[in-house]
Amino acid sequence: MLVFERRREPSRFWTAITPVLAVLVTLIAGGIMFAILGKNPVEAIKTIFWAPIFDPNLSAYARPQILVKAAPLVLIAIGLSIGFKANIWNIGAEGQYIMGAILGGGVALAFYPLEAWWIFPLMIVSGIVGGIAWAMIPALLKIKFRTNEILVSLMLVYVSEHFLASVSLGLLRNPDGIGFPGSRNLQHYTSASNGELFVGTGIHLGVIVALVSIFALYGLIRFHRLGFQVRVTGQSVRISRFAGVNPNLMVIFCLAASGGLAGLAGIFELSGPAGQLSIDFNVGYGFTAIIVAFLGRLNPFGIALAALLMSLTYIGGDLAQFMLNLPSAAIQALQGMLLFFLLSMDFLSQYRITIKHWARG
Amino acid sequence: MDFAAINPLIFFSTMVAASIPVLLAALGELVVEKSGVLNLGVEGMMIIGAVCGFIAIYHTGSPLFGVLASIIAGGLLALIFGILTQVLHSNQVATGLALTLFGLGLSALLGQPYAGIKPPTFPKPDFGLLGDLPVLGQLFFKYDYLVYVAFILVVGVSYFLNRTRGGLILRSIGENHDAAHALGYHVVRVRLAAIMFGGGCAGLGGGYLAMIRVPQWTEGMTAGVGWIALALVVFASWRPYRVILGAFLFGGVTLLQLNLQAVGIKVNPAYLSMAPYLITIVALVVISGSSNRLSTQAPGSLGRLFHKTM
Repeated sequence: MLVFERRREPSRFWTAITPVLAVLVTLIAGGIMFAILGKNPVEAIKTIFWAPIFDPNLSAYARPQILVKAAPLVLIAIGLSIGFKANIWNIGAEGQYIMGAILGGGVALAFYPLEAWWIFPLMIVSGIVGGIAWAMIPALLKIKFRTNEILVSLMLVYVSEHFLASVSLGLLRNPDGIGFPGSRNLQHYTSASNGELFVGTGIHLGVIVALVSIFALYGLIRFHRLGFQVRVTGQSVRISRFAGVNPNLMVIFCLAASGGLAGLAGIFELSGPAGQLSIDFNVGYGFTAIIVAFLGRLNPFGIALAALLMSLTYIGGDLAQFMLNLPSAAIQALQGMLLFFLLSMDFLSQYRITIKHWARG
Repeated sequence: MDFAAINPLIFFSTMVAASIPVLLAALGELVVEKSGVLNLGVEGMMIIGAVCGFIAIYHTGSPLFGVLASIIAGGLLALIFGILTQVLHSNQVATGLALTLFGLGLSALLGQPYAGIKPPTFPKPDFGLLGDLPVLGQLFFKYDYLVYVAFILVVGVSYFLNRTRGGLILRSIGENHDAAHALGYHVVRVRLAAIMFGGGCAGLGGGYLAMIRVPQWTEGMTAGVGWIALALVVFASWRPYRVILGAFLFGGVTLLQLNLQAVGIKVNPAYLSMAPYLITIVALVVISGSSNRLSTQAPGSLGRLFHKTM
C-alpha cells in the first residue's frame, strides 16, 4: 500500500519545482473550466498567458504594464510574507492599501495647488503611515484582547471600502469636477504626481521601490536578527520567548511592516497609474498578494516571479474580457485554482510517498 | 428623522429573515470548528451556493432543486478544502483563503448570464389561522420554509453535539485529535464529514441570499457575510444557540442601518454601511477579551495539523 512518510526536511527539489507544476496544472484545469463555460479554452488560455508577452501588436504596451501591475503585488506580498513566516496572518492588506492611498492622497490634496518639492515625499510618508495605522487596529486588539487578527483585518477591508466611497463622494471630491464623483487627479498636480520614469512605459517610482524591497527583505531574513526572530516565532511562540523574542512586539512589527508596505503600494498606485480616488480605486491587489506570497514560497525572489505571473494574468484577463467577453472574475477563479494546486502539491515536498508491503507472518 | 416610521413588528420579522444566511453559515462553521478544523473559505462556499441555487431555481422553477443545488455546491467546494487539508495536509488558513478566492471567481463566471434576472418566488408555508393572529402571526408564522429549517437545524446541531455519541466523538476529535485517534476514532473521516456539513450549510446560506432575501444574482453579493459568520462562531463561543443571538445582532444592525438611511437620518450612508463590520469587531473584542471561561471555549486542536502515525 501507499505510505506517506514525513520528510525530515522539505525536499528542495520539490519545493522549487512545485510552483511550476502548479502553474501547468492550472493552465489545463483552467482550460477545462473555460471549455465547460462554453468559451474556447485554447483561445482563452492563449489570450491570458501568451498574448501579453508575445503578441507583436500588444507586447510593446503590455510588457512594461506587467512590471507596473506587479509592483504593488510585490510590495504588499513582501510585507505579508514577513507576517506569514511568523504565523501572523494579515488578511486585510486590501484595506491598508486603501487607507494608505486615502491618507497620502488626502495630505497631497490638502496642499493643492501649492507646488513644492516636499509635497511628494510627505505624501509618500503619509501613505505609509495610513497603512501602518490601519494595520495597528488588528495588531493592538490582538495584543490587548487576543482577538483574531485574520477576522479583524478582514472586517476592516469592508470598513475601508465604505470609507473610500464616502471620501470620494464627499470630503475629497474634486470641487471642479462638475458633480462627477472622485477626487482631483494627482497626475495633473505636478508636485504630487508619480509620473512615468521612462517615456511610454508607465513605469513609475513604485516599480523601482518594489525592486528594492525584494532585496531588503532578502537582507532582513538572511542577515538580520529580526529575520531569525520572525522565523522562530513562526515555529513556536513558546520557543521564541526563550530566544528573547517579545511576541507582542513581533505582532506589531509584522503588521506594521505589511500594513506600511500595503499603504506604500496604495499611494504609489494612486499618485501614478490610478490618478484619482474613486469608488473602484482598489482592484484586489491586497488579496492577490496573499497568493503571490504563497506562490513565491515566502521567498523574496520567488515573490517577484509570482507577482510577474499574477500581473500577467491581470493584463491577460483584461484582454480576454475585451476580446472574448470573459468576466474579469475569471482571473480570480484561475488565481484561486493556482493556489489550490500549489497547496496540494506542497504535499510532495513535505512527504515521501513510498510503497510498502506488509510483512507476512 | 422619524423613528416612528420603523414598525417594530415588521422590523423583527425582517431581521429574522436577514439573519438567516449568516446563521446557516455560522452554524455549519461551528460544527467544522468543533471537529478541530478552521475553514476560512465560508465566503467562497456561500457565494457558490448562491449562484448554483439561483441557476437551479431559475431553470427548473423548483425551490427544492434550488435548495439542493445550493447545498451540494457548497458541500462539493468544501470537499476540495477537506481533501487538501485532511488528506494532503495543506495549510488550513491558506487553503481556506484559496477557497474564497476561487469561489468568488467561479461564481462570477457561472453567474454572468444571470445578472439582473428575478427568480421564481419561494413559497411560504400556510399556517392557516395561526398566521392571522394579531401580533404572534406576524412574529412567528409569516416566514418562508427555510427560516424554519434553519432554526430546526440549530436545535438539531445542538442536540447532536451535546446529546449524542456521534457528537461526543466529533468534539473529542476537535479537542485532542491524537487522543481520539488512539481511541480508534477515524479523525480524517469525521472531519471530512464535518467539513462537508459546514459547506452544505454555507451553500444553503448563500442560496437563501440569492433565492429569497435579495432575490437576484449579483457578482460578489455575499459582501463579507461569510467572514462575519466566522466571527459569529467566536462570538457564540462555539455554542449553537448563541449563534442565533449573534445572527440576530448582525441582522438587526444591517437592517437598522438600512432603515436609518430610509428615514433620512443625517449621517453619511457610507458610515452607516460600516456598522455591521464595526459591530462585529467590537463583539470579537468583547468576547475574546473577557477573561472568564468564554474565551477559552475554542476546541483544543483547532487549526492544528493531524498526521496519522501507524
